[in-house]
Amino acid sequence: MITHQFDTIILGAGGAGLMAALYASRTVSVAVISKLYPTRSHTGAALGGIGAALGNEEEDHWEWHAFDTVKGGDYLTDQDAAEILAREAIDAVIELEHMGLPFDRTKEGKISQRRFGGHTNNVTGKPVRRACHAADRTGHMILQTLYQQCIKNNVTFYDEFHVVDLIMNGDLPAGAVAVCLRDGSLHLFHAKAIVFATGGWGKCWEVTSNAHSMTGDGAAITFRNGIPLEDMEFFQFHPTGLYPTGFLITEGVRGEGGVLLNGRGERFMERYAPKVKDLASRDVISRAIAIELREGRGIKGKRYLHLDLTPETVRRYKAEAGENADHYTPHYIETKLAETCDQGRTYAGIDPITEPLPIQPTAHYAMGGIPTNVNAEVIADSTNRVIPGLYAAGECACVSVHGANRLGTNSLVDLIVFGRRAGLRAAEYSRGASFVPMPSDAGRKIESELNRIRTASGSTKPYVLRKKMQSTMQDLVGVFRNGKDMQKALDTIRELRREFATNIGIDDRGSTFNTDVLETWELGCLLELAEVTAFSALNRTESRGAHAREDYEQRDDQNWLKHTMVYRDGEEGLCVDYKPVVITQYQPKERVY
Amino acid sequence: MEAIIRIRRFNPEKDKKPYWATYTLKDCEPTNRVLELLHRIKWEIDGTLTLRRSCAQGICGSDAMRINGRNRLACKVLLQEFGEHPKIQVEPILGLPVIKDLVVDMEPFFAHYRAVMPYLVNETPPPIGPDGKPRERLQTIEARERFDDTTKCILCAACTTSCPSFWANGAYVGPAAIVQAHRFIFDDRDQLLQERLDVLADPDGVWRCRTVYNCTPACPRGIEVTRAIGEVKKAIQSGKRDF
Repeated sequence: MITHQFDTIILGAGGAGLMAALYASRTVSVAVISKLYPTRSHTGAALGGIGAALGNEEEDHWEWHAFDTVKGGDYLTDQDAAEILAREAIDAVIELEHMGLPFDRTKEGKISQRRFGGHTNNVTGKPVRRACHAADRTGHMILQTLYQQCIKNNVTFYDEFHVVDLIMNGDLPAGAVAVCLRDGSLHLFHAKAIVFATGGWGKCWEVTSNAHSMTGDGAAITFRNGIPLEDMEFFQFHPTGLYPTGFLITEGVRGEGGVLLNGRGERFMERYAPKVKDLASRDVISRAIAIELREGRGIKGKRYLHLDLTPETVRRYKAEAGENADHYTPHYIETKLAETCDQGRTYAGIDPITEPLPIQPTAHYAMGGIPTNVNAEVIADSTNRVIPGLYAAGECACVSVHGANRLGTNSLVDLIVFGRRAGLRAAEYSRGASFVPMPSDAGRKIESELNRIRTASGSTKPYVLRKKMQSTMQDLVGVFRNGKDMQKALDTIRELRREFATNIGIDDRGSTFNTDVLETWELGCLLELAEVTAFSALNRTESRGAHAREDYEQRDDQNWLKHTMVYRDGEEGLCVDYKPVVITQYQPKERVY
Repeated sequence: MEAIIRIRRFNPEKDKKPYWATYTLKDCEPTNRVLELLHRIKWEIDGTLTLRRSCAQGICGSDAMRINGRNRLACKVLLQEFGEHPKIQVEPILGLPVIKDLVVDMEPFFAHYRAVMPYLVNETPPPIGPDGKPRERLQTIEARERFDDTTKCILCAACTTSCPSFWANGAYVGPAAIVQAHRFIFDDRDQLLQERLDVLADPDGVWRCRTVYNCTPACPRGIEVTRAIGEVKKAIQSGKRDF
């Protein structure tokens, strides 16, 4: 094994990783290790905007953004974290602009803002323009801009180095192990501080907006090294995935005035969220869609509904609401929602300017993950004990700033705000700490696991297990859940895990760019996270945010206003503990949109 | 429907030279993307088939390859464009060394990208808001529009590796790097205009472009690449961003 040494290593090169790298590299030696070229990261697929109460278009306050975040999270959000997120979002967006991000502009030349689900004027309850955007490719522009700044600042990258394990020495992190894709060699990265910024695990589900690479590597790795996972039962289904692929159609479409219609042509969200209608929180809309489909009001009796953004429809509803929509022309749509137009035309054969898009809910975002405090420090248990030198930020982390359901635009805010905090804190720690010695057997365990996979000659191909896992999670741990189904899901996933451990077979025995081995290893991560998700979901006997149970329909603050912490117990068991929610100024109340 | 796929394969650990392998897939749908077919081959038939891919929806830029002679993203090509009996030929993009099967060495490509200083430089202190904190630099809607097209680039290399000038001379920075430079040259917030133009005025810079126009149809993002290159040429000649 080849050994490298850096003060701080950052695992993953999406928004959170690059932001952490920019800040940490100002004062200490840093390496960013990523299984993809940084610009391939899934931050680039974020579309509609990044929320910040700039007030460029109308009155807004960061306190409103904080409250909306708490309410959106169905009061499971840690409120100190939401306040930090909303307050620092403003500086973060301004900083991105200074880095060169090409935001769309208002007539005055300021950053342009649009409406988004769950973001409101707290006095009137009406939607507020808070989402700062660059057309509908905001994530792409954030990723590009951060990578550009990393090049400017000579940040060291290990591109296409796939991180496969964390090295712990007792209770302290000493480094990480990565496979160089190009030649298959194993590398040990010895570091004082380690930042996980490895993203989510939407690939546990069949219909997902997520990239193939969203396999939860970081969350699985920390879990295997004794660190708990928090709030794994909360996984967001975005209401508007393109049918049938599940690719994301941005909420920005509805922010610009697009509406959801059922098979009868009804704007059904008027019934579910009278005040904000199509701009309710994502969990609320996904449930509404699921109900419409279940009750037979899909389009032509099929499993999809319509998202209509044609000028005719949008203008009609805007006129009904007493709003001017003269600006809403085909050219405007083509400019402001360019990606949406391209997606519709390419993948559905539909021009969204003239016809409505077919949509369905799609597995989108992990609210849960590696538990951290507001400084992105990973915590070891429900007493908030910090693991010195270990950090996590972005989707893989659970601060918890999104609670039981994330608001649109807040994932990008999270990346920037907590990515920056992770970078700063990791660098500060690196400057004062010394290297934890590498154990003599560092990397041997993962080396033997990778060898097992490389030489595996069992009768089950990994894709069979992956497909089975994805359909199980889709059917049994989806938008609506119940105890019986989830128990079945848990049993199935556990069987698949046993099969994975004993009977898989792959083809590629080589060392050059062996994605057969690494995809299989990724499947192991997904299976582990699917198991924890089903386990956590089965355990929580209430409905809250994205976790909607048919057998426990109400939110139960008496018993469940707390975070789930799941640990591995022995080889195969799981055990659960709880952590209180941080409440500052927003007392839980009924959630209506 | 049935689809026949010919793939240019090469494993440096086994093969002396690249060869064509043919696969027949049954039960394909017209809406299947080429990437899905490649996945089926990799997952169901031969796990050694190697390719890069990530988002599978045209935004990450991982899976540029040569499909029936044209540079495309495998995730953006639907089977239906090849008729009822699709025959598809897939090879790695040209002009970069092949590592394995459809995977090429992207380092030379990214080196050209870095050479054009692809980042905004602005040393003027930003405006300060009423609360005493920095605010955004103002930019008009028209000034922002000026470079909108080239902000769409995803660095997939489809343009650069479709360019005969690049095939002939790998030292040429290539269309993608020029597109990236364009994005900053025409951004009125940027203050590194002259330095960037100097890099592109180099013999291996923008003048290696012979206006063959291969790059524009190759771009999966619809960027008017040749036009952007033309604008950069004019900026070099005039020394200004508004010529």
